[in-house]
Amino acid sequence: MTPPRAEPAVELRGITKRFPGTLANDAVDLTVRHGEIHALMGENGAGKSTLMSVLYGMELPDAGTIRVDGRDVDFASPSDAMAAGLGMVHQSFKLFGSLSVAENVVYAAEPRRFGLVDRAAARRRVRELAAEHGLAVDPDARVGDLPVGLRQRVEILKLLHRGARTLILDEPTAVLTPAEADALFAVLKSLAAEGRTVILVTHKLREVLEGSDRVTVLRDGRVVARLVTSETSADEIAAAMTGRAVELDRVHAPGTPGDVVLEVSGLATDAVRDVDLTVRAGEIVGIAGVAGNGQSELIEALAGLRPVGAGHVALQGEDITHASATERRLKGLAYVPEDRHAVGTAPDASVADNLAMGHHRTSLSSRGLLPPTAVRAHARRLVERFGIKASAPEASASALSGGNLQKLLIGRELAHDAPLLLVEQPTRGVDIGAIQNIHDQLIAYRDAGHAVLLVSAELSEIRGLADRVLVMYEGRITATYDKDAADERTLGLAMAGGSGKQVETVD
Amino acid sequence: MFLDSDLLLSALRALTPILLAALGGAICERAGVFNIGLEGMMLMGCFTAVTTSWFTGSAWLGVLAAALAAAAYSLILAVGAVTLRGDAVVLGVAMNLLAVGLTGFLLRTVFGVQGTFDDPSLAGLPLVGGFTPLTYLSWAAVGVAAVLLSRHVWGLRLRGVGEAPDAAATLGVSPVGYKYGAILVSGVLCGLAGAQLALGNVTLFTENMTAGRGWIAVVAVMLGRAAPVGVLLAALLFGLAEAAGFRLQGLGLPQQATDAAPYVVTLGALFLTTARRRRRTRPSGAAT
Ligand SMILES: Nc1ncnc2c1ncn2[C@@H]1O[C@H](COP(=O)(O)OP(=O)(O)OP(=O)(O)O)[C@@H](O)[C@H]1O
Ligand SMILES: [Mg+2]
Repeated sequence: MTPPRAEPAVELRGITKRFPGTLANDAVDLTVRHGEIHALMGENGAGKSTLMSVLYGMELPDAGTIRVDGRDVDFASPSDAMAAGLGMVHQSFKLFGSLSVAENVVYAAEPRRFGLVDRAAARRRVRELAAEHGLAVDPDARVGDLPVGLRQRVEILKLLHRGARTLILDEPTAVLTPAEADALFAVLKSLAAEGRTVILVTHKLREVLEGSDRVTVLRDGRVVARLVTSETSADEIAAAMTGRAVELDRVHAPGTPGDVVLEVSGLATDAVRDVDLTVRAGEIVGIAGVAGNGQSELIEALAGLRPVGAGHVALQGEDITHASATERRLKGLAYVPEDRHAVGTAPDASVADNLAMGHHRTSLSSRGLLPPTAVRAHARRLVERFGIKASAPEASASALSGGNLQKLLIGRELAHDAPLLLVEQPTRGVDIGAIQNIHDQLIAYRDAGHAVLLVSAELSEIRGLADRVLVMYEGRITATYDKDAADERTLGLAMAGGSGKQVETVD
Repeated sequence: MFLDSDLLLSALRALTPILLAALGGAICERAGVFNIGLEGMMLMGCFTAVTTSWFTGSAWLGVLAAALAAAAYSLILAVGAVTLRGDAVVLGVAMNLLAVGLTGFLLRTVFGVQGTFDDPSLAGLPLVGGFTPLTYLSWAAVGVAAVLLSRHVWGLRLRGVGEAPDAAATLGVSPVGYKYGAILVSGVLCGLAGAQLALGNVTLFTENMTAGRGWIAVVAVMLGRAAPVGVLLAALLFGLAEAAGFRLQGLGLPQQATDAAPYVVTLGALFLTTARRRRRTRPSGAAT
């Protein structure tokens, strides 16, 4: 075990980083001690990822100094940072899908025999590290076949193999199920107990309160609070992040269901079996379930992205079982997909063009042409209405922070005013202020008489928004609960496949 | 008997240039560079091999010069696609067209002839056991490439670069370096392919004498899924088709029809494999 050391593991002084049109970091000081789990919080676009990129040698700061283990460093690339004992798990994983776990772990730091990769040694190394840190994963599995939780383990193993003493994790739990997140925190705590240091970027207050030692809060690129976790509260952190008092865990009034908008009977497709469900106007139906139990496939089939094997789907009484995605949209369906980068947006296109997509077919089209002024005005309206932080409508969508890209996507789809909204993981990677904004928007959408089908891995989100909760397990709907009956324990049990205590309601 | 050892021998001879070029293409493919400039690089190799052999009297110097010249020519793709981030397909097509024009022009300026240059005193490659040494080299290259790609540290890094360049970069592996390396190696291999064609299969230079072999090599890379042994099998298929074409010609079929044999096989093979692949990659689950 490393003896406690006086000098900090990481010390940033006066870090300033400017992007065209944005001051992402403004004279940021950050001190992280050896052996602590240090949370870095802040709203979307506050500059957390940028600060970590600077620390990790991926971006050069415009001003400021970095000290690691008390020594001045000047990183020109991530390899320099790695050599100094840092390691980072990025917000989007940096893995090779077609290579094995062992190959991913040892990549660029391979055990060798006569210049060849010593595969046996690589496998052994993965097993050793896995056993030592409780990160079990099959060294021979193809990384592309692994669920997200295991991919993240591979990322962490990769850093440990390189001897990282300070681990930086950028929103590591955004894509994890609650159980996977708990497992991750157990690992992080044991790493900290060994004397390693963890810097954790996250939006989840609960994780910070339960899992961290100290918290630094950024707002608009500046440090606005340095807190000791044991002496602070969720309200204090939230207030520091947003600059105002935030009402956490707000309870929304229930909806008033009207006519049936979506009616699904006996639907089957890949990984989905015999699903019946109805969604009425003025209600939000939530689908809870551990990721990979068919929720994504179900929603894709409803959106027209996946062929329906059997069953019927009707939208406002009209059969759309085999309709194309375009037909469905024209008939009154809007869709917020789970993967905002690959499916939901075109990252290389501008913010304005991204906001125009879909609307090009309807409101924005004028005799088959898209008047640029209309596109720009439309973009400005949505940017304003949903509080999207973008330097200009012409800026490319890839320059938006993760949370702002999500706001863009939700805003665009809500603006369709479609009778039915399918929405997957609406607040993944989104800050608490924005979560409330998005939740308010969804509730307002429901109250305007629209039907919403919501899939979320966040139980609190499902419980907060949904008027009815369906639980999906192994491709089937295994339980249905009314809002009041859906407490966390009951849902958790049903999600794990425990079917004994179903509180079926008649609808 | 139609399928006999003669046919096999001529198939193996026809195979060599395609195989060498396809191995180069496979290495590029693994590094994430779609190289369709094989044809042009090979043609530059043909011309350089003949010219150098003619002026030095040594076929071996011709081989060496062909490898160097084609590697230099491949820099167009490296600089254009990797450094300047241009479109590799456009660059490859341009390289192929440029090579035809350039070699035709040089043929006129250097040798003062049009169409074909051949001379009995032009030194060709020696035959050892019925094949040129380059043929044996090409077989060895399959094994070496297979081991390097699947087992060597370089191969692992190259495959990583091809699949996720930014992931490789965060681990300190330079995608630019590996892509340049792969393209230069493909240049060398295409140069050897050209030398084999112009000093081995025949001993002469004709305008556009590669006649689509570089394109067939591109298809062999796809069919063989950019794995050296797979590429060998695919190239062998084309070698057989070419040899069978000659044979059919002997049986009285018109040359235009028999010359089409390798291309017909190419099309058929492409249809078959893409149909098979399509069936296999039906959506089975959303990957995150
Ligand atoms: N490459 C870039 N070019 C231009 N602007 C950028 C670039 N990267 C980030 N920005 C801007 O810098 C600011 C800080 O972004 P950053 O990604 O650091 O935010 P974040 O705190 O990580 O947000 P999130 O929680 O949404 O991930 C944002 O306004 C963003 O738009
Ligand atoms: Mg971020």
